[in-house]
Amino acid sequence: MSDVLYLDGISVSFGGFKALNDLSLVVEQGEMRAIIGPNGAGKTTMMDIITGRTRPDKGIALFQGDIDLTKRDEAEIANLGIGRKFQKPTVFESHSVEDNLQLAQKAPRGPFATLIAKMSGEQRAAIDETLATIALTEDRFRLAGELSHGQKQWLEIGMLLMQQPDLLLVDEPVAGMTDAETDQTADLLRDIAKTRSVVVVEHDMEFVRALGTRVTVLHEGSVLSEGALDVVQNDERVIEVYLGR
Amino acid sequence: MMALNPSARIFAILLAALTIIVPVLNLALPETSALHVPTYMVSLFGKYLSFALLALSVDLIWGFCGILSLGHGAFFALGGYAMGMYLMRQIGDRGVYGNAELPDFMVFLNWQELPWYWLGFDNFFFAMAMVMLVPGALAFIFGWFAFRSRVSGVYLSIITQAMTFALMLAFFRNDMGFGGNNGLTDFKELLGFDLRSQGTRAALFVASGIALLAGFLICRVIVTSKLGKILVGIRDAESRTRFLGYRVEHYKLFVFTVSAVMAGIAGALYVPQVGIINPGEFAPANSIEIVVWVALGGRGTLFGAALGAVSVNLAKSYLTAAFPEVWLFALGALFIAVTLFLPKGMAGSIKVPLPAWVGGRT
Amino acid sequence: MRRIILSLLLVLTAATMISSARADQTADLLDALKAKSFKAKIIAVENLAASGDARVVAPLTALLEGRLHKRKSDGAIVIVKKIDRRKFFFDALSGEKLGPAKARSSKKIRVNNRLRGILRGVLGALTLFSPDSKQRLSAARSMFKSAPSDSLATLSKAYLKETDEAVRDALARTLAATRLRHGTGAEKLAAVEQLSDFPDRDVRDLLASTALKAEGDLLAAVKSAAASIEQRLAFFNILQNLFQGISLGSVLLLAAIGLAITFGVMGVINMAYGEMVMLGAYTTHVVQTVMHTYYPGAVTQSLLLSIPAAFLVAGLFGIFLERSVIRFLYGRPLETLLATWGLSLMLQQFVRSVFGPTNREVIAPSWMSGSIEITGGLVLTNNRICIIIFAALVFLVLTLIIRYTDFGLRMRAVTQNRAMANAVGIRSSWIDAMTFGLGSGVAGLAGVALSQIDNVSPNLGQSYIIDSFLVVVFGGVGNLWGTLVGALSLGMANKFLEPYAGAVLGKILILVLVILFIQKRPRGLFALKGRAVEG
Repeated sequence: MSDVLYLDGISVSFGGFKALNDLSLVVEQGEMRAIIGPNGAGKTTMMDIITGRTRPDKGIALFQGDIDLTKRDEAEIANLGIGRKFQKPTVFESHSVEDNLQLAQKAPRGPFATLIAKMSGEQRAAIDETLATIALTEDRFRLAGELSHGQKQWLEIGMLLMQQPDLLLVDEPVAGMTDAETDQTADLLRDIAKTRSVVVVEHDMEFVRALGTRVTVLHEGSVLSEGALDVVQNDERVIEVYLGR
Repeated sequence: MMALNPSARIFAILLAALTIIVPVLNLALPETSALHVPTYMVSLFGKYLSFALLALSVDLIWGFCGILSLGHGAFFALGGYAMGMYLMRQIGDRGVYGNAELPDFMVFLNWQELPWYWLGFDNFFFAMAMVMLVPGALAFIFGWFAFRSRVSGVYLSIITQAMTFALMLAFFRNDMGFGGNNGLTDFKELLGFDLRSQGTRAALFVASGIALLAGFLICRVIVTSKLGKILVGIRDAESRTRFLGYRVEHYKLFVFTVSAVMAGIAGALYVPQVGIINPGEFAPANSIEIVVWVALGGRGTLFGAALGAVSVNLAKSYLTAAFPEVWLFALGALFIAVTLFLPKGMAGSIKVPLPAWVGGRT
Repeated sequence: MRRIILSLLLVLTAATMISSARADQTADLLDALKAKSFKAKIIAVENLAASGDARVVAPLTALLEGRLHKRKSDGAIVIVKKIDRRKFFFDALSGEKLGPAKARSSKKIRVNNRLRGILRGVLGALTLFSPDSKQRLSAARSMFKSAPSDSLATLSKAYLKETDEAVRDALARTLAATRLRHGTGAEKLAAVEQLSDFPDRDVRDLLASTALKAEGDLLAAVKSAAASIEQRLAFFNILQNLFQGISLGSVLLLAAIGLAITFGVMGVINMAYGEMVMLGAYTTHVVQTVMHTYYPGAVTQSLLLSIPAAFLVAGLFGIFLERSVIRFLYGRPLETLLATWGLSLMLQQFVRSVFGPTNREVIAPSWMSGSIEITGGLVLTNNRICIIIFAALVFLVLTLIIRYTDFGLRMRAVTQNRAMANAVGIRSSWIDAMTFGLGSGVAGLAGVALSQIDNVSPNLGQSYIIDSFLVVVFGGVGNLWGTLVGALSLGMANKFLEPYAGAVLGKILILVLVILFIQKRPRGLFALKGRAVEG
């Protein structure tokens, strides 16, 4: 079975600034991977490339072994089975929690299909299940805009689950969360990773430790170091970049 | 019955009542009666209803999908021109030059034969198809280009404005074959009925009322469907919608085209009731005025847009007659006041306690 | 070739000698006009004309206009002229004032239609010797199309005597044309060669009509000359279009640059921008009216005073507008668009109520009227040149302000990252107000310029606002160079399309092109790239 995500030699620059420089990264089926790196290391740009928001100047990006991601746009890539959570929680604030999940649910995506769509009992059951997973059953009919910051983060993760993706890209899921919420989120992600591949971008070292996964360190647009957290933390170059020696 | 929330239900009932009562008061009561509605008022209200339909079409895209079109007057005018062309062909040889083959302005320009794009407009059903097809096709082509390359926000507003401006310049040209500066006018009959007769005018009013009601219900169906929720999703968080796998451009294109067709129908209802269509209808200022009707009424509420259109135009009719100097001041101040103090419009700001029989839930 | 020149010289020397010999006889020739018969008068006129004496122009002109009289007292020929409603006699040749003319003290010398025709032809040739170089120039030009065969000698003489460069050129051109029409075979060939130095439409038409009758060597020469003229005309045409394109581009630049600043820094679409331009134009009008009342002598220079005045009026109004309306609408660009549109309606109505709906006149200072002619086809008007220079200056000053002043630095900081700028202690609200004031002030400056080439009316702003938006959208925001390139390219495109498509269709084409362009580059030519612009 092939790797779920295969990036090789990706470079992209914005008006002279090299956001990614010959970046290569492989994520295996069912793997959870944490990505860390200082600001401007290219973490978000890498996500943009994978999800079709930015086109690389050169390099290869393959999904499930043979699907070229650089030739497809966001909607197409999302429908292939890649879900993305933004750094800033982005949910439909003027819709209810249930509607948010319904819109994310895997179903025909065309305008005419959605015009006549009716929710089936099966779909409602799937929504119930996700609501329970993200602990928002009580808030089903509340507007998403009224939720707390942490709840919005979870709702967004819940929406990703409704998409039933093969690969989840999660950008700073615990930013602005309390310690308790952070722990719960780590549990949630570990749970999710049992059935699909997950890539987590995070600054919070405790959280990364809690995830207990392989870590990739990005620096100036390319991979600086890769391995278990303890190994990476003792890497001379990583220490230099992080502590600025 | 589809899901109509209380205010929408009230609006639909009142509109239906109005559509019936006004013609009855006009036709059945003697002119001496205090309750008699004079015929000119019937046409005036009919005009307001066509404006309300136009406002509805703008609210559908702006209120629910965040597309601020500053060129919707163009679709309205195109629908109006299609209707005007049919009405011109109905004149036959009763024009000033008595030429049965050509409209007066073409005789005046020494044209020998009817241009190809006028063919078929003798037929009412062909003309009505064009009323919807021409604005719809323009919106589809324009939207296809614009939405595919993700032109949005103020950029989109500006190019829609440029679109209507370009059309205005084009229609001012005599050799376009649409009557140039003077436009199309001196209409006589619609489907064989005299346009000046009381009965025809009442019928046009009823048609406007029915069209508005139908437009309202269609919009309700759209915005309460899953598609409607996606439109709101696009309005509030476009990239989230995209990353969920929805082709945002297809949704925008769909709703933009539907809206343009509605605007075209509104134009076709407007023209026979005012008796003229000219390139001035394409003026960018007109399109922006539509937006303020919607903003005043309350964007994203549908019935608010219709109310906004009617109330601004009532005020306009009154002020331009009574204090012509004041009208532009008032309209300008309205723009500023609504954006500063009434961001949700009348419908969003004024809460009326509803009686139980309309399903009031407080 | 050499033979021609030699024979020409001979003819000319002879003519000059004869004319000097006859100079003293002019008075006698003039007396011959007293003759009763028109035949005799015609001979007299022709003799006068042939005398080559420049002084005969005045009496012959007077004769044509019916002001040449015979004084009864002494039979002298005099010119009657009215000065302040009173008639005076003037000496026919010297122009010396001879005293008041009483009624019936003189008798008009009568002319008939035939004589009038001869007089007109003769005068055309004679004005070639007028002391006024402008008159000589227009005479030399007017004879290009219609000089009779016998005027060759006169033209040659005028050419040799001429000292003014421009008149000399015009004479050479007319001479060559006349020789091409009436000369011998060799003369015609030489004339064609000379004419090819004058690439203009009249010469092209003349050569084209000659080609129809010519054959052999002459035909070949005419054809090659016509081709070379055609080529140069096309080149001049491009230059002319270029100039007009730059001129329109600089107008667009003036009208759009303030808009670009406010849009770029604050993300604010100011639909009332056109009315700020209008305010500038009306300020120009008001300054002129005030100057006219208090310092009528300096009124033509009021335009210079209008520049700071318009900047202040529009700028202060902009600051007022920002503080009272726009600052409440930041982050809601579409609402700002509506509110400023409402404001523009109010401003239009305000100006209409105060100044009336009709156009207001603004006088141009003398140094802005007139034009510079490069060659036959290429004319640059002074007011257009002034506006190009003015636009360039405004652009330069703005660029310097943004690049080198403290205010500019803060402004750029707010453009790039508002939150960060606030964090490092820049009062972004103050920057907003100042930026809006600066942008509006520039609109006022644009109004001063536009008052020179357009009608000062309440609709002035509306006619530029859509073009200005297109420039900003085309050029991209956040970069004044984008606005410059956008304005110039739209100006050029307009002027180069106009000859093929006509003014209206050209404009429509431009609109369509910009709409298509935005599809390709949704954020304009010089868009900021990267994460900063993703919202």
